[in-house]
Amino acid sequence: MSAAPATLPRWVDLALLPLLNLALALAITALLMLATGNDPIVALTALAVGSLGSADAIGYTLYYATNMAFTGLAVAVAFQGGLFNIGAEGQATMAGLGVALVALNLEALPAALLVPMAMLGGAGLGAGCAAIPGWLQARRGSHIVITTIMFNFLAASLLVYLVVNVLIAPGSMSPETRRFAAAADLPLLSSLGLPSSAPVNLALLLALLAAAAVWLLVWRTPWGYGLRVMGQSTEVARYAGIDQERTTILVMALSGALASGVAVNELLGAQHRLLLGFTGGYGFTGIAVALMGHNHPAGVLLAALLFGALTQGGAELAFEVPDVPSEIVVLIQGLVILFAGALGNMLRPALLRVMGRAGR
Amino acid sequence: MEILDAVLPPLAATLRLATPLLLAALAGMVSERAGIIDVGLEGKMLVGAFAAAAVASATGHAVPGLLAGVMAACLLGLVHAYACVTLRGSQVVSGMAINIIASGLTATLALSWFRLGGQTPPLPPDARFLPLVLPGTEALADIPVLGRVYGTLIGGQTALVYLALALVPLSAYVLGRTRFGLRLRACGEHPAAVDTAGISVARLRYAAVLIASVLCGVAGASIATAQGAGFQRDMTAGRGYIALAAMILGGWRPWPILLACLAFGVLDAVAIRLQGVELPGVGQFPVQAVQALPYLLTVILLAGFVGRTVPPRASGLPYIKER
Repeated sequence: MSAAPATLPRWVDLALLPLLNLALALAITALLMLATGNDPIVALTALAVGSLGSADAIGYTLYYATNMAFTGLAVAVAFQGGLFNIGAEGQATMAGLGVALVALNLEALPAALLVPMAMLGGAGLGAGCAAIPGWLQARRGSHIVITTIMFNFLAASLLVYLVVNVLIAPGSMSPETRRFAAAADLPLLSSLGLPSSAPVNLALLLALLAAAAVWLLVWRTPWGYGLRVMGQSTEVARYAGIDQERTTILVMALSGALASGVAVNELLGAQHRLLLGFTGGYGFTGIAVALMGHNHPAGVLLAALLFGALTQGGAELAFEVPDVPSEIVVLIQGLVILFAGALGNMLRPALLRVMGRAGR
Repeated sequence: MEILDAVLPPLAATLRLATPLLLAALAGMVSERAGIIDVGLEGKMLVGAFAAAAVASATGHAVPGLLAGVMAACLLGLVHAYACVTLRGSQVVSGMAINIIASGLTATLALSWFRLGGQTPPLPPDARFLPLVLPGTEALADIPVLGRVYGTLIGGQTALVYLALALVPLSAYVLGRTRFGLRLRACGEHPAAVDTAGISVARLRYAAVLIASVLCGVAGASIATAQGAGFQRDMTAGRGYIALAAMILGGWRPWPILLACLAFGVLDAVAIRLQGVELPGVGQFPVQAVQALPYLLTVILLAGFVGRTVPPRASGLPYIKER
């Protein structure tokens, strides 16, 4: 992505542009609602009240935001190295398998051991599922975008096969495993005093920790510096003697491990069993979150909160306005990716002109 | 005769199943040979499928549906071209955005227009592309083998199947033997040379993206109004990505792409056939293994373990005119 020749003030780049992109996406969605004979004001109000209007709503917003923070961080950290990881969905899927295999097979362990081991199992498989495309790009020259797309499907097929044929609970009709041992449950935040019935759990705090860790690693260590140099220019990285193959594989493994947070939040925090489709498209939402958050952990957390609110609000909206499905949120996400990512250069020249005039 | 009974239906199904893949893979080929990566095949097909089914159900005819599908896919294609060519944004990001927008948009419109839980009404026969009975089927019907083959494999397919097959030699000719094709390929290999010759890179790339969109629209229409009888949520079900795989396996060339699509079609037909079949020693046949095969083959091929794939050299790179 080539930067615009002149630069905008930082606050415009970090705050105004993302908000304008979101406003554009919402405006197009509102137009669409008008075209289908729905009242956009009613819909947008339902969206806002549904996501932030009560303690329960806020709890669900935080619960969804947790998933998106993890996948957003996963996509962002790879982006910092100039790698586009479309595979967070598949990595989270494999992580679910890892979490479930540990939780189902080591259930005799006490909670203090079982939960961390299950997380490690998830992070391991997630990292592996991302490191292979990383290795293929670094050593064999295959394009990471294509391989991560293919790995999404491979992971999904593997999960379907294993859950339907091998791991399914005996006698169960629906494709899911038996319930994990209670020792593997992550404590809900409501049990720590949050007045909400939502399944928001300890994974939220893990996501905050992960964001802080990513910031330290990428902006405060030599390795992170090398990563960002590689992301800016592979030529400069080569001159500087940065081992790009190693960095590529490692950052992809890190990305996959971050994506495994979805499995922790969903399976250990809420569902307590492995079931199909638990990744729910969060891997793709992560792209929107990372783009909107400028691939920075703080931005990613804010964007995750926003998209969490949209998801929760969208579910309520579908309930309140019967002709509008919750999928409208998917549309808003897609539009944000389009405006923030691909059409990112559209508003910039206009803003530069406005800013230039104001500055003179 | 039993052999024919066993072989002909899966082969006919292969052709049917390969058609949308072939159309979409050729679309990806045209776009990428001009230097624009197209991960948005899936989304353009989905929008094409929805528009085709919606208009076919409203008008009661299949052809207006097809045209609507093509137009809808072209609208998304224009967005892609504007983002990639005019604004020089990231082509992969734009393609992903298009896929996600298509998924949300079609689900939303389907529910608010038709109120059937995200589907279009089931299409009556008139509103669909039906299998054609080729001339001479009656006359040949009594000839032992040929009559059956002619009636159910060569004939008995929808018009879109023949269209897709005809596009293979046509696109090979246009890309390989015409001035337009040469310029298009030059855009994907060395756009500066095209520019130096005084030809607009941007215009050629717009043209390529639009041609690809037309093909995706037809592919979508074939899924919703020829294979199926109406639109269902996310009904393209990853075919756009399989088409991407077929395009890579085919090395961005029309005839090998046809082979790859037919191979994937066979896999698909076999997977449908073997669903729930008990195999001796293995137990229930793992359909997922067959379904995952195209993706696995692509990864292996891309890794260079078997053969080598070389994408167009300038694909994915925005062209910036020198001043």
